[in-house]
Amino acid sequence: MRLPPGQYLTEDFPVLTAGPTLRVPTDTWEFVIITEAGEKHRWDWKQLMALPSERPTVDLHCVTKWSKLRTDWQGVSLDVLLDGVDTAADYAMVHSYGGYTTNLPYEDLRNGQAWIAYKFDGEDLTPEHGGPARLLVPHLYLWKSAKWVRGITLTDEDSPGFWESAGYHDYGDPWREQRYQGD
Amino acid sequence: MDLFSDDFTDGNALAGPLREIFAVDMTSAMGRCVSCGDEGPVAGMKVYAHAPGLVARCPSCQEVVMRLVRGPSSAWLDLRGTMSLRIPMPAE
Ligand SMILES: [Zn+2]
Repeated sequence: MRLPPGQYLTEDFPVLTAGPTLRVPTDTWEFVIITEAGEKHRWDWKQLMALPSERPTVDLHCVTKWSKLRTDWQGVSLDVLLDGVDTAADYAMVHSYGGYTTNLPYEDLRNGQAWIAYKFDGEDLTPEHGGPARLLVPHLYLWKSAKWVRGITLTDEDSPGFWESAGYHDYGDPWREQRYQGD
Repeated sequence: MDLFSDDFTDGNALAGPLREIFAVDMTSAMGRCVSCGDEGPVAGMKVYAHAPGLVARCPSCQEVVMRLVRGPSSAWLDLRGTMSLRIPMPAE
């Protein structure tokens, strides 16, 4: 069993949220990638469902110190979504319904490290856990895996998201215990 | 299942964490929301505590008015959603 420093194991799936749980209907849901040149790439729910999906089994590490191992997801790899996007951006800002944001380097979205996930444990992802779809970037602390994801803006410059601008680490690698700014 | 779940507490949850920073009780301080302009006591804010930090939202418009993150050796207080805080003081 592998646990990053300072983490403890949990079997349940705690719900953390910075606001009310959102109910985003799939008939109006959309996911938009905007490049640094302002080019928009848009998918509605049907288009997302038509894309090839993967079933990653991953460990989750929350900055509040719980970890949950071997969780089962289904979703579309960001590689599939970004392959047709012309960009040389170094950074990405992830936006959620409800206004939440989180930032990460562009390369952390590539090479099988990130998904737009819509099923958990074989079931539709519940709103409490960020459904209908959330970002899943399990190699970073879980606040980076934005719930209720609605889009990603690609940028040349890094800028801090919701928690990154209030004391949390800009990158958030659990294995280097990058919880707070300066860690 | 609830159509809308909303797990928050009132702003009295901010009493201890803010007293740690300001050394006075801030719950009766009056905050004005940047987003909608409404003014109300800190104790009346909607506080989401099941999160990496405390997130206080305006009871009128739901926008974030205060975020408080407590690390092991620092606290971060983000007040960009608050236009002003009127803090009761003893008369001079
Ligand atoms: Zn307001």
